[in-house]
Amino acid sequence: MTISPSITSPERRPIRLVGLLPWLFAAAVVGYAMVVGGYAATVVSFALIYAVFVTGLNLFMGFAAQVSFGQNAFAAIGGYMSAVLTASHGWGPLPAMVLGIAAAVLAAAIVGFPALRLKGHYLAMGTLAIGLITYEITVEWQSVTQGYMGISGIPPFGIGPWEVTSDRGQLVLLSLVVAACTFAAGRIRRSRFGRALSAVAGSEEAATALGIAVARYKLVAFLLSAGFAALAGSLFVHIVGYVSPEVFGLHMVIVTFTMLYVGGIGTVAGPLVGALIVSLLPETFRAFKDYQDLAYGAALILLLIYAPRGLASLFAPRGRS
Amino acid sequence: MNRLRLEGVTRRFGGLVAVDDVSFEVPADGVTAVIGPNGAGKTTLFNLISGFLPPSAGRITFEGNDITGRPPAEIARAGLVRTFQLVKLFEDLSVLDNVKVGCHLQGRAGLFAALFRPASARREEQALDARARDLLAFAGLAAMADEPAAALPYGRQRMLELARAMAAGPRLILLDEPAAGLNTEESAALSRIIRRIADEGTSVLLIEHDMTLVMNTAERVVVVDFGRKIAQGTPAEVRVDPAVIAAYLGTGKPAMQEPPHG
Repeated sequence: MTISPSITSPERRPIRLVGLLPWLFAAAVVGYAMVVGGYAATVVSFALIYAVFVTGLNLFMGFAAQVSFGQNAFAAIGGYMSAVLTASHGWGPLPAMVLGIAAAVLAAAIVGFPALRLKGHYLAMGTLAIGLITYEITVEWQSVTQGYMGISGIPPFGIGPWEVTSDRGQLVLLSLVVAACTFAAGRIRRSRFGRALSAVAGSEEAATALGIAVARYKLVAFLLSAGFAALAGSLFVHIVGYVSPEVFGLHMVIVTFTMLYVGGIGTVAGPLVGALIVSLLPETFRAFKDYQDLAYGAALILLLIYAPRGLASLFAPRGRS
Repeated sequence: MNRLRLEGVTRRFGGLVAVDDVSFEVPADGVTAVIGPNGAGKTTLFNLISGFLPPSAGRITFEGNDITGRPPAEIARAGLVRTFQLVKLFEDLSVLDNVKVGCHLQGRAGLFAALFRPASARREEQALDARARDLLAFAGLAAMADEPAAALPYGRQRMLELARAMAAGPRLILLDEPAAGLNTEESAALSRIIRRIADEGTSVLLIEHDMTLVMNTAERVVVVDFGRKIAQGTPAEVRVDPAVIAAYLGTGKPAMQEPPHG
């Protein structure tokens, strides 16, 4: 065998410290919002809800390298389940949320079982259809969803007598949920389960030759992703107190994809970083007035030129952390 | 008992018969090689055995169990694992993690274990880690455990693929042209590793163009041409078989040179 010098990277240790930067950034943003409150707290709260959604999307699209344009459907199921059960039927927020997540995972199993036989562009088209169909249902099923009117009067999140009503209380609640979701993603990443997802992402043929049940791992990643989406949908309606079909429309798909790619697809910190950056950028450019969208667009392009694998990948020891 | 048995295995692609009524057996001990000119149907034969293609006719049994047309993951779980002619590594994973993916069948941990890491899952992970590092040492890759797989030079990627396949704990390993693209030294090292795999009790079935490797490594050779088995025997027997000589050269000259020893 040829003697080639073993490739070592002497800068590994410093990189580990650098790996903390995305988390410090997120903590700083949340901390700032906590101190300032008001509008800043609202913007960051929405960003954290998106972070939950994108963390789930990343399990399916980043870890397992599949594609879904229809995860908004599962956010809609979670959101509407919470809205209808609490506002119209007087349920407590927590049982409504749990049932919403269960319903979304069940729906994902029903559509995922046939849809995940598709690959690449076809899977993208199939999942897009799931999102569009769910949108139509929320518009047309007026006896339950009240159509375009939407459902208002949704109570804030709480358990029993304890309710989260203040800006800061919501931030704390959402920060805890995001921390738990990100922690879960990190643990999945470094596990037998996560390695099997990476194998599916790397080469389905090689994975199946090693005895990995490729179809089952794809489905489980899809179900997990749907669960995260439903959790995000449910949190959203309780924070805002109102839901309409537009909330979970195509706009959500575009925004969450942007967050995933800007933050760093396949990384653990990426979804949180992406959700915060993409939510804050337009606010940062508010002073540009008419040119706000232009500046926002230019900033996104620059980010994707200089960090093509996302911001979090800049701080990861390898391409994926 | 035979590890693997093929009876009248046939695969047609439209009008083309890529594998035509092939029967042979792979004994449990040692190394068996399938050789043949380009386009003889060797890789198709491997795809049929490993479940990546269903045969049009015939029967394949592994350790006495019929595996004809079973899905590849199920065949791997039964203990028959293959490698690919074109290396298919998980390029974003580290060298060590590639082998740990190979250990997939040795573990049980699922989603619950990933999230809550009970003591049993931690022990399993430690065992997989130790096993993966042993295999890396076996393949001469221990120093590169934490490198991304894509950063390895080509010859080492081949070794990694072999180590990853061995991690699955196969009782029969199918190697599809493992020496393709290797230089003479690398090929000799590969030959020694294949011998060790066989000596430690895993049956080896390999497809190979590198005749030196085949002659030095295999006890038995099956020769295919135009999808048919045209000869079978020891390397020495096959080398002087007139049908084999005709298939390779179309003349009366010996098909293969005497291998250099050592």
